[in-house]
Amino acid sequence: MTRAERLKRLPEIAAERILVIDGAMGTMIQRHKLDEAGYRGARFKDWGRDVKGNNDLLNLTQPRIIQDIHAQYLAAGADIIETNTFNSTSISLADYGMEDLAYELNRAGAALARAAADAAEAVEPSRPRYVAGALGPTNRTASISPVVTDPGFRNVDFDELRTAYAEQTRGLIDGGADLLLVETVFDTLNAKAALFAVEEVMEAMGVDLPVMISGTITDRSGRTLSGQTGEAFWNSLRHVKPFSIGLNCALGADLMRPYVQELSRVADVYVSAYPNAGLPNEFGGYDETPADMAHALHGWAADGLVNVLGGCCGTTPDHIRAIAEAVRGIAPRKPAVIEPAMRLSGLEPFTMPAF
Amino acid sequence: MTETTAPRTASFVNIGERTNVTGSAKFKKLILDGKYEAALDVARDQVVNGAQVIDINMDEAMLDSEAAMVRFLRLIASEPDIARVPVMIDSSKWSVIEAGLKNVQGKPIVNSISLKEGEAPFIAHARQIKRYGAAVVVMAFDETGQADTKARKIEICKRSYDILVSKVGFPAEDIIFDPNIFAVATGIEEHNNYAVDFIEATREIRRLCPHAHVSGGLSNVSFSFRGNNPVRAAMHSVFLYHAIPAGMDMGIVNAGELPVYDEIPAELRERVEDVILNRRPDATDRLLEVADKYKGGGVKKEADLSWRQQEVKARLAHALVHGIDEFINTDVEEARQAAARPLHVIEGPLMDGMNVVGDLFGAGKMFLPQVVKSARVMKKAVAYLLPYIEAEKAASGDLASQSAGKVLMATVKGDVHDIGKNIVGVVLQCNNFEVVDLGVMVPAATILDEAKKHQVDIIGLSGLITPSLDEMVFVAKEMERQGFQMPLLIGGATTSKVHTAVKIDPGYHGAVVHVIDASRAVGVAQNLLGGGKADYIAGIKADYARMREAHARAQQGRARLPIEEARANTVRIDWPAYEPTAPLKPGLTVFEDYDLAELATRIDWKPFFQAWELHGNFPAILEDEKVGAPARALWNDAQAMLQRIIGEKWLTARGVCAFWPANSVGDDIELYSDDGRTTVLDRLHMLRQQMAREPGRDRAHQCLADFVAPRDSGVKDWIGGFAVTAGHGLEERAKAFEAAHDDYSAILLKALGDRLAEAFAERLHERVRTELWGYAAGEDLTNEQLIREEYRGIRPAPGYPACPDHTEKATLFRLLDATAKAGISLTESFAMVPTAAVSGWYIAHPEAKYFGLGKVERDQVADYARRKGMDLAVMERWLAPNLNYDPDAEPRPAAAAA
Repeated sequence: MTRAERLKRLPEIAAERILVIDGAMGTMIQRHKLDEAGYRGARFKDWGRDVKGNNDLLNLTQPRIIQDIHAQYLAAGADIIETNTFNSTSISLADYGMEDLAYELNRAGAALARAAADAAEAVEPSRPRYVAGALGPTNRTASISPVVTDPGFRNVDFDELRTAYAEQTRGLIDGGADLLLVETVFDTLNAKAALFAVEEVMEAMGVDLPVMISGTITDRSGRTLSGQTGEAFWNSLRHVKPFSIGLNCALGADLMRPYVQELSRVADVYVSAYPNAGLPNEFGGYDETPADMAHALHGWAADGLVNVLGGCCGTTPDHIRAIAEAVRGIAPRKPAVIEPAMRLSGLEPFTMPAF
Repeated sequence: MTETTAPRTASFVNIGERTNVTGSAKFKKLILDGKYEAALDVARDQVVNGAQVIDINMDEAMLDSEAAMVRFLRLIASEPDIARVPVMIDSSKWSVIEAGLKNVQGKPIVNSISLKEGEAPFIAHARQIKRYGAAVVVMAFDETGQADTKARKIEICKRSYDILVSKVGFPAEDIIFDPNIFAVATGIEEHNNYAVDFIEATREIRRLCPHAHVSGGLSNVSFSFRGNNPVRAAMHSVFLYHAIPAGMDMGIVNAGELPVYDEIPAELRERVEDVILNRRPDATDRLLEVADKYKGGGVKKEADLSWRQQEVKARLAHALVHGIDEFINTDVEEARQAAARPLHVIEGPLMDGMNVVGDLFGAGKMFLPQVVKSARVMKKAVAYLLPYIEAEKAASGDLASQSAGKVLMATVKGDVHDIGKNIVGVVLQCNNFEVVDLGVMVPAATILDEAKKHQVDIIGLSGLITPSLDEMVFVAKEMERQGFQMPLLIGGATTSKVHTAVKIDPGYHGAVVHVIDASRAVGVAQNLLGGGKADYIAGIKADYARMREAHARAQQGRARLPIEEARANTVRIDWPAYEPTAPLKPGLTVFEDYDLAELATRIDWKPFFQAWELHGNFPAILEDEKVGAPARALWNDAQAMLQRIIGEKWLTARGVCAFWPANSVGDDIELYSDDGRTTVLDRLHMLRQQMAREPGRDRAHQCLADFVAPRDSGVKDWIGGFAVTAGHGLEERAKAFEAAHDDYSAILLKALGDRLAEAFAERLHERVRTELWGYAAGEDLTNEQLIREEYRGIRPAPGYPACPDHTEKATLFRLLDATAKAGISLTESFAMVPTAAVSGWYIAHPEAKYFGLGKVERDQVADYARRKGMDLAVMERWLAPNLNYDPDAEPRPAAAAA
C-alpha cells in the first residue's frame, strides 16, 4: 500500500471507529537491558561520550530490537505506531554530541517503523497501519527561563527550535512517515515552532500529511508546564487545522480524564489521548495493569470523548491489546461543532463572538 | 436569522492601551529608562482593572524596538496574572511584529497590516501571521493612502477581506478592521463628517464581511480638544454610543475615564453629539463655546478630585455615600493615625458615613445597588482596620462592641437561594448590625445552636421555593420547644404576610415578623430591639391575629367543587382534528457549553432590576425620573460584568432536553418507551383546579393533562422536558468576591446568573419549537413578542403555579438524567443546584396556556397521593401552600366533603 492510498482511507476509518495508537518505547527497550556497548554498536564504539540511554540511537545500532517492538505493538492491535525519534532533534542530541546525526536518526526511525507496518499490512492487507513521525518537546523551553533570577532569559528561541524541527521533519518524511505527531508538549511555544517548521517543510516538499498534536497537562492544576489551560492550548494551535488534538504523559487515565473532556468539548477536530499506566511508583515504575487501564479508557470511549487511544510511559503491548479490545465496536467521538468566533489565548482562553 | 439584528452590547472588547510607548508617556519613560519591573506593573494594573487584551507597542525612535518587544513579552510570560490574557502585538514595523510573534505561546492579535505597500507584501505578511497562529488588525489603508470617506473605508476593507479570505485562506473571524477614526471639530470643514463616515462604514463593513470585527483607537476623534479631558471623554463616550450598535466590537479605550453616556451633562452631551454626528454646520463653534466650562469639573472625573481636598472625615463620608473604594485604605489610615484607638474610626467617621447612607436609603434618595456598593467600601475599611483592632485587643484584652444588635441569617434546609438574604445582610451591616450569616441549606438544629452560641438578638430566615415555607414553620416550632425568646424574621420570594400570620406566628410565642423587602429590614430590626419594642411586638401580634381571623372567614366563603365535578369540566379540545408533530430529534439533546454571548442577547432585564428592588419596565427604567440614575449605574456594572462572564468564561451553561411519546389518562400523563406506546416509561401526575366558578362564568377546571391527547383518542401525542443551568462556575467566583469584601459584585453575579439561566430556558424553548421538536418551524417573532410569550406551546415547571408539586421534579430529572447530563442536582426540598437553573415540561398544543392551580380540596389530594403512591400526610406537606383545608385542624374523613 502506498502512503497516498493509506492516507486516502484515513478519514473513512476515523469516522467509523476509534483508532489505536501504540504504547511506550522506553519501557520495552529497558527489557533488553542493553549496556553501553549495546547502545554503541560497531559504528559508535569509539564515540567520545557515553551514549547509554540515547534510545533513539538504537534506530542505527540495534534496528532489529526497535523493529521488533513496533511489530509487537502492531500485533497487539495498534493502527498507528510512533517512530522512535522522541529526542532526535539537534537540540536534544547535543547532550550526546550527536547534533549532526539528527536527520539520519529520524529517517532511519521512520523507515524501521514503516518496515514493521508494511509487514503487518502484508499479513492483513485490508487494514492500513500508519506510522506517526514523533517530534518530542526537546529538553529546552522557549517560554520559561532556566535562570530563576532572570525571568527574561531563554536558552532556546523560536528560530533555533524551528530549524531543528525542520530537519527532524525532513528526516521523518523521507523515511516514510504517514503522519506527523508533535507530542508531549509542555511549552506551547515549542510546539508552535515545531508546527511552523512542519508546515514550512511540507510546503517545500510538496506533501500534505495529517498532523497530530498531543500536549501534556503536568498535574491536577489542569495546566501545561508553561501555564496554559487545555482550551488555551488548543486556541494557540488550532490554526494548524490538525487531524487531532489530545493529551499524553504525566498523568494516568483517572487524573487525565477531565482535561481530555475539556478538549473534547472545544475541539472541532479529532481528539487523542494516551495516558501513562498510572502515576510512577516509588521505584519509578508504573503499576496500572492492562485490565485497569482498558477499563478506564473504555469509559472514555463509551462516553464519546475520544477518537484515538493508546498508552504512554509504562504501557506495553499487553496494555495496547487490552485497550484495542475494550474499545472495539464503540462509535468514535464526533468533532465538536462550534460557532465562528475569534478564539484567542493567553494562559487562559478568550473568545470573542463573531456574529 | 434574528441573530444579526440582536443587540451587541455584551460583546465590546476593550483593549488595554497603557503598555504603549506611543500612547503613554509614563510607560515610554519606564521602557527608555530600562525599568521593566515598573513597566510590568503597568501591564498588571490593566489586567486587574479588566482589560481583556493588552496592546503592547514599542515603536519609539530612541529604542531598539525589536529587542524591547521581545524582552517585555518574555517578562510577561513569567507573570501569570498578566499572561492570563492575550496580547496585541502592535507595531508599524514588520520585523517588530515578527519578533513578537516568536515570543508568545498564546494566540495573539497582530496590529496591524494593510495594503499600503501593495498586495504582494500584504499577502506575504498575512500568510506568515496565519502560520504563526494569530488574529490580525487590518488598517483601511491602500496604495493611494489612508481611507477617509465612508466609500473608501468600505472599498479598502472589502478588498482586504476578499484577498485574506480567498487568496490567503485567513479565517474571517480572526480579521479585525480598523477603518480609521480621525479627528473631528478641527475647524476644517472636510473633517466634520469623519465620525459619521466611520460609523456608517462600520455598519456596511460588518454586512459585507461576515464574521469579521471592527475596531478603532478612540483618542483620535477628540484630538482637537487635547488638554480638556472631560470634553474628550464625553466625545469618546458619545462616539461609542453610536458606533457599537453599528458593529464596532473592539476598541482601544481607557475605560476608567469613560463617562456613562447618560451621565454627561445634557448641554455638553447635545453639543458633543452635534459634532460627532455632524448635525449642524456650527457644531464645532458651539462645542468650543461650552468646552472651557467643563474643563474643570463638568464630568465625574473632575468632581472626584475636588472631594479629595476635603478633610478626612468628609472624604470617608463621601466615599461611603458614593461607593468609591479607590482611596479607602489611604483615608482610613489617615483617620486611624488621628484617632486614639482604631475602633474609634469605625464608631466615629465610618458609622457617621453609614448613617448618612442609611438615612438617604430610608428617605428613598438612595437605592439598593448604591447601598450595596457603600457596604463594599465599609467592609474594605473595616478589613483594613481589623489587624490594628486585633493587635490592640491582644494588648489590652478588651473590646467594647457598639453594634446595634446581632442578627443571625440563614436560608433554610433544602433551599439554596441566597440573593435576597445576602442583600438584607448587607443592608443590616450598613446600619451597624452585626450579621452572622450561616449560608444556605441550614438545618433547624444548626440555626438554633448557632443562635445560642453567638448570643444573637434576632434570627432571620430566608427561602425561595415553597417547601421552605414548611421548614420555616418547623424552625418556629423548634424555637418554641427550646424556650427561645428572640424575634424571628421571615423573608424570601414565596413568603407572605398571610402565611407568616396563619402558619408561623401561632407556633412561636415570641415576635415573628414578615419582612417584605430589604429596605424594610432595618426599620423592623431597630423596632424589635429599641426602647418601644414591647408595644411594637404587641402591635404586630395583634395585626397577625386579625389577619388569621380574616383568613379563616375568607376560607369559609371559598367553595371548592368535588373533584369529580371538576373533572367533568375539563378543557375541551377537538382531538380527532389535531395532528401532533413528531419531534425531529426525539432523544436526549445535551448542551455541554452553550454560547453565553447568544444567551446574553436574550436576557429579560425587568426581573433583574426587580431583584435590586428597582421597579419599572426595561428599558424605560433607565430614563425613569426617580430610579433612572441608580438603574443606569447598575446597568453599566451589569454590562461590564456580563462582558467578563462571557469573554473570560466565568460561567458554563449546560442543559438537556428530550421528548417522549405521551398520552393523558385522566389527570395523569403516561410517557411511553416507544412510539408503539406499549410500554409505559413513566407517569406524570397533575392536579386540577377545583375552585367553584361564579354562575354564568363557566370556565373549564384546568389541568395540564387536558392539553395532552387522551390515550383513548388514538392521537399519537408527545411531551418534552428540559433542565438548563448557567450556574456552573458561579459559586467559586461569588465566594472570591465575598472574600474580597465585595458583596456587590457577588450579588450582581448571582443576579446575572439567574437571568442567563432564564434566557437559556427561553432560547431553548424557541429552538425546541422551531428545530428540535419543530412543531412551529416557521415561527418568526421579535424579541418583544418572545418576552410576551406570543408563541405556541408552554413550558410549565414543577413547583410553579400550574403544577405546584415539587416532587414531580424527581421524575423530570430521572427522565432527563439531568444530574449527569447537565450537572444539576436536587436538594431534599427539590431546589436545583446550581441555583441559576430552570427546568420544566414542554407541551405543544396550541390551546395549552399557563394557569394557576389555586387551592385544592382533600378529596383530590387523597386521590393524588394514591396515584403517586405517597402517604397522604407527606403529600399534604408538599402541597401545603395549595391546600384549601388545614390538615392538622380537622379529622380526616375518608370521603371528602364538598
